[in-house]
Amino acid sequence: MTTSAFDQFRPPEPERPGRRFGKLRRKKRPGPGRTDGSAEMLMVPDVEFESYYGHNIVKPPPWEWPVAAYLFLGGVAGGSGLLGFGAQLTGRAVLRRNARLGAMAAASVGGVALIADLGRPERFYNMFRTLKLTSPMSIGSWILGAFSAGTGVAVASEVDRLLGDRLPLGPLRKVLRAVEAPAGAEAALFAGPLAVYTAVLLSDTANPTWNGAHRDLPFVFVSSASLASGGLAMVTTPTRETGPARALAVMGVIGDIAAMKYMEHRMDPVAAEPLHHGTPGQLLRWSERLAVAGGLGALLGGRHRAVAAASGLALLTVSAFTRFGVFEAGLHSAKDPRYTVEPQLRRLAERRAAGITDDSITTAAPHWPSHS
Amino acid sequence: MSIDEHSVLGHQLHGPTDPAADAHWQVHKSRKGFFTDTSICIGCKACEVACKEWNRNPRDGDLELTGWSYDNTQALGASTWRHVAFIEQDRERIEEARESGRQLVSLGMPTVGPPAKTPEAATDSAIAAGADTSAPDTPEFRWLMASDVCKHCTHAGCLDVCPTGALFRTEFSTVVVQPDVCNGCGTCVAGCPFGVIQRRSDGTVEPTTGRGEQKGQQPEVEKKGIAQKCTLCYDRLLDDETPACAKTCPTTSIKYGDHTDLVDIARDRVAQLHEQGLTEARLYGANELDGVGGTGAMFLLLDEPQVYGLPPDPRVPTADLPVMAKRAGMAVAGMVTAAAIAFLGAR
Ligand code: SF4
Ligand code: SF4
Ligand code: SF4
Repeated sequence: MTTSAFDQFRPPEPERPGRRFGKLRRKKRPGPGRTDGSAEMLMVPDVEFESYYGHNIVKPPPWEWPVAAYLFLGGVAGGSGLLGFGAQLTGRAVLRRNARLGAMAAASVGGVALIADLGRPERFYNMFRTLKLTSPMSIGSWILGAFSAGTGVAVASEVDRLLGDRLPLGPLRKVLRAVEAPAGAEAALFAGPLAVYTAVLLSDTANPTWNGAHRDLPFVFVSSASLASGGLAMVTTPTRETGPARALAVMGVIGDIAAMKYMEHRMDPVAAEPLHHGTPGQLLRWSERLAVAGGLGALLGGRHRAVAAASGLALLTVSAFTRFGVFEAGLHSAKDPRYTVEPQLRRLAERRAAGITDDSITTAAPHWPSHS
Repeated sequence: MSIDEHSVLGHQLHGPTDPAADAHWQVHKSRKGFFTDTSICIGCKACEVACKEWNRNPRDGDLELTGWSYDNTQALGASTWRHVAFIEQDRERIEEARESGRQLVSLGMPTVGPPAKTPEAATDSAIAAGADTSAPDTPEFRWLMASDVCKHCTHAGCLDVCPTGALFRTEFSTVVVQPDVCNGCGTCVAGCPFGVIQRRSDGTVEPTTGRGEQKGQQPEVEKKGIAQKCTLCYDRLLDDETPACAKTCPTTSIKYGDHTDLVDIARDRVAQLHEQGLTEARLYGANELDGVGGTGAMFLLLDEPQVYGLPPDPRVPTADLPVMAKRAGMAVAGMVTAAAIAFLGAR
């Protein structure tokens, strides 16, 4: 039936006649004879899914791989900050130096990646225009700044020592040596927050998968940061000083696997789906396998330099895979309306079943008592 | 550095509130908003065009038609601040919509009947009451047309998560981006539960007209790399003017005004349609107890929200920020403890 000359440009009709909008309809139509409607509303376990021509509802953020790389690097920096401070307190000079250098490198490269991903990189300093407690991106910028400040001072001192006191510091050398330890402590204060805030940054969004993980993603991210920084120390530092790094890495592996499993278990099954499918699914599966291997390597062969280095590399890969996997899964969940609609319909139906009927955005009459 | 007191202590994260007062505005202006009555929209897209012209927004994408409809803009975005959706439905679908709307009435919601009626409204409903109020004959098919726009949420996810303060709450309780402050970090894009705000990437002010002219040979796009969305015509509001889209709308489907008045208009309209047996009519956003504290831009819909590409149960993500902060604090404590054990145990 052509009613307009332009109809010829329409794409072909979909397969099932009469089911035009790519929707899964309710299996059971409401039965006749019921007039109050509430009973039907409460027994809709099969969530009906419809969309506007399959178009996504929430939008994925315009973030690309540098942001995922930062999730990884921020974790490495945070964990290394703690290792550096521990080494500073327990007199492990090589571990202290390497952890500090690692933290600084990760934080700087990560910071550059973040800036590169901005729409207007030349305005990056606007991140420090205000401190906003409701914005994890704002808090995180300050955390990264504060961490980098302390680490930078400590690293300057380390570099000076590495060069045999040859930085042209003059009388400032004394000052630098004096503030080095407090600077390391200051960095350590912000190390944990640096490792964790990215989890809140992802979760404090309308993104179905990231938001669905909001209660447990922080545990995944600190575990990932612990095993990655432990792994980095195992690569860079002789085994006689890496005992604590290995221990931290092993605890990180256990925490990572456990937190990930628990997180997926607690999420809405549909919101969790992108974590299992496609590239993110593969990354996360490999992350788990390598975590077991790297963890066992650290535990059993950590005193052997080559085994330690190989395990360390594996653990760094584990963390990178976890971050890229979670990142990509979230982007994917925002591109398909199903991940927005189904969990929302389910939670709405659950609240209605529990007798909460006044908080739906869809109403038969306005509900705005404060206006009357 | 200045501490942004709007978002520190005392700022309400969810639930009913007066947004302008919550943002510490000293000047008192009544809350402005829209009531978009999709039951009378004819899908002319004049609002889209008026918005583009007034705000000098560039072309969005490649003007492809959405499958099986003549919608050539597809969704709200950085350069499309009003979007008119076209949805074709068959009889079965209409009956389902009528049923789902009817169920909303019996959900223990406040009663449908308008409490205080104007004389004309009373006459209207008297006529309606005298007439047959059973469901009218269901048509064979229908086209739904709906003009979507930024909701100017009471609790706006975009605004809450913006790190630079580029997004702010105006004295009219609307939500606006300052393009000279935004650095295009894109956090707001992820923070909006309605998928409204977007970082501008491509598009052009001038269409290609001549043969062989290519997209890409067109003028530099303004405000590229910056988050953009409806400003509720902040510039026009400051001059006491009606927003361009509402002013242009030939059917008065887009109604602009004080939020309190719009709530009353919405109440009367949905009651009127229900009296005619059109129980598919329902309101979207007119509930201050919903997940975003109610919206400044409200809608009358004729089917479930997801059919129009609207989320069925949006929730401002910041409402859960206290939980996230607590969990993050526990996670940090765990990490520091693990590090302490690692050093103490590895003597
Ligand atoms: S609809 Fe989205 S962009 Fe508009 S105010 Fe609400 S959160 Fe912000
Ligand atoms: S993109 Fe601009 S408006 Fe959006 S959160 Fe970042 S700075 Fe704020
Ligand atoms: S209020 Fe102004 S900016 Fe917003 S959609 Fe209408 S015309 Fe565009």
